[in-house]
Amino acid sequence: MAAPSASVRRRLTPAAAARAKARVTGSEHFTGWGFVTPGVVIILLFGAVPVVWSAVMSFQQNNLLSPNTPYVGLRNYRAMLHDPVVGQAVGHTLVYTALFVPGTMIVGLFLAVAMNRKIRFISLYRTAAYATMAISTISEALVFIWLFDPSYGVVNYLFSLLHIPQQQFLNSPSEALFVIVIMTIWGWTGFAVVIYLAALQGIPQHLVDAAATDGAGHWATFRRVTLPLLSPASLFLAVWLTINALQLFDEVYLSTQGGPLNSTTVLVYYLYEQAFQNFNFGYASAIAYFLFLIILVVTAIQFRVGRRFTYYRS
Amino acid sequence: MSAQTHAGRRRGGFRLPFSGWHLVLIPATLILIFPFAWLIITSVETPAEALHFPPILTPHVLRFANYPDALKAAPFGRFFINSAVVATSTVVANLVLCSLAGYAFARLRFLGRGALFVIIMSTLMVPFQVTMIPQFIITKWLGVHLLAGVGINHIGALILPNAATAFGVFFLRQFFRTLPIEYEESARVDGANRLTVLWRIVLPLSMPALATLAALTFLDSWNSFLWPLIAVNSTNQMTLPLGLATFQSAHSTEWPLLMAGNVMSLIPMLVIFFAAQRYFIRSVAATGLAGT
Repeated sequence: MAAPSASVRRRLTPAAAARAKARVTGSEHFTGWGFVTPGVVIILLFGAVPVVWSAVMSFQQNNLLSPNTPYVGLRNYRAMLHDPVVGQAVGHTLVYTALFVPGTMIVGLFLAVAMNRKIRFISLYRTAAYATMAISTISEALVFIWLFDPSYGVVNYLFSLLHIPQQQFLNSPSEALFVIVIMTIWGWTGFAVVIYLAALQGIPQHLVDAAATDGAGHWATFRRVTLPLLSPASLFLAVWLTINALQLFDEVYLSTQGGPLNSTTVLVYYLYEQAFQNFNFGYASAIAYFLFLIILVVTAIQFRVGRRFTYYRS
Repeated sequence: MSAQTHAGRRRGGFRLPFSGWHLVLIPATLILIFPFAWLIITSVETPAEALHFPPILTPHVLRFANYPDALKAAPFGRFFINSAVVATSTVVANLVLCSLAGYAFARLRFLGRGALFVIIMSTLMVPFQVTMIPQFIITKWLGVHLLAGVGINHIGALILPNAATAFGVFFLRQFFRTLPIEYEESARVDGANRLTVLWRIVLPLSMPALATLAALTFLDSWNSFLWPLIAVNSTNQMTLPLGLATFQSAHSTEWPLLMAGNVMSLIPMLVIFFAAQRYFIRSVAATGLAGT
């Protein structure tokens, strides 16, 4: 057996030597920068620079009225606190999120559990759920506006069959947001089903069998074995859906434009109005950072609370 | 196995001739596909039948002329081509640029690597709404001062800002780091340069990751609405979602026409989706599993 030091020296493979040589000549710096530059320039120009720029803008007065953009300190942020529409928009955004996220998760979980078995036509059932992923938010909103049309819509027809009075839906300040909740839950069903099905298929059958052998019924097995094993997927879905819900825009733009009577004005819609209809870039940037803060706080809470209920096998 | 014995025991011998889950899944599926069905039915109804209450679920005459009418009212073919060009270019650009950058961050040591990586990662959390106003100003400036094709009101403006993403770089870097380094080293010894190593060895081993990134980027680009809404306003530069939204605001009560346009704008994606369903599903599931 060779002496340790000799063996170490001999283990310096030619490849390692080549790497060492490259480091000496500095060609790796050159290659490295050559490889990252095209992508990094785009990410910096359209990602990193705008982050700083909009932070700066949020402290400026920047609108069509003023030719120059003086610094106004916290005035935009203070104006936001006194803007009643911002308060309403935060309320609507949070109500929407509180309904949409659990709603989508429950529908997705229910369907995934039902579809997690080898029965006839199962791929047909699954495909029907997946199909909602292929439809754009605009197409989805357009169909649901038609389904919920107050005068000619199918939903009001179903209501008339059940002797429920005709509703105004998207024309009603008290109902419009709920219609948007329903259409977006439908639109996200496929996504939730895919996530839950993948997680369900990762659950080892022997754990479920063991519970059954111990005399646990279906419901007990589901509650005590399946659900805890799904908790990482649930946490992921909760966070992912929440981030998307807080940024709701497309459906509101197409169906109600924030109306009636501001009842569906959510934060991003108000931000869009301020930025690209009133061209208040400074004020809109402040709202954007406020939205960012809300997203950070809400997801941080979800991770903090979620970790307590999340069970990781590995 | 256990589920069946269980059910059999509880029902005391009585068993349905088919799985009881069908009783749940059939109504659920009907609810899921009803919007699609109603969309297609309305698209071939006459205006009089569409504006009839109670709604007519089986039209007496099929008015296929709604489709040519919709095409006359708005260039859905143009929208489709624009969407396809934008989505395809974005996917190709992301695969190339994120592979190069991801590989460099995974394997090469160069000055400033750590700092650069941290800066890029810090943009990962930021919502689009924070960056969209400066992005609009930068795009406008680029169009005026550098190249009209990537400026406001050109489809280039929908491609360039998304041509590389922090997510793509991070995702591929993570995947490249899991590959065994020995193949790369022996190729280097044989005199291959870094580009050859990436192209001949790393990328062929990374097909699943590349397919995932491609599928997710494609879906994202195809469905994108807010940025096109801001960046484009002339009809011949619009993508399908934006074109459809504009069409809706011009014909808001002509439901058969709107639904014909809607069918035309969602059919291409449905076809692509079902043709590559396995990849799309696996990619979406991968984001979930990676997140957990």
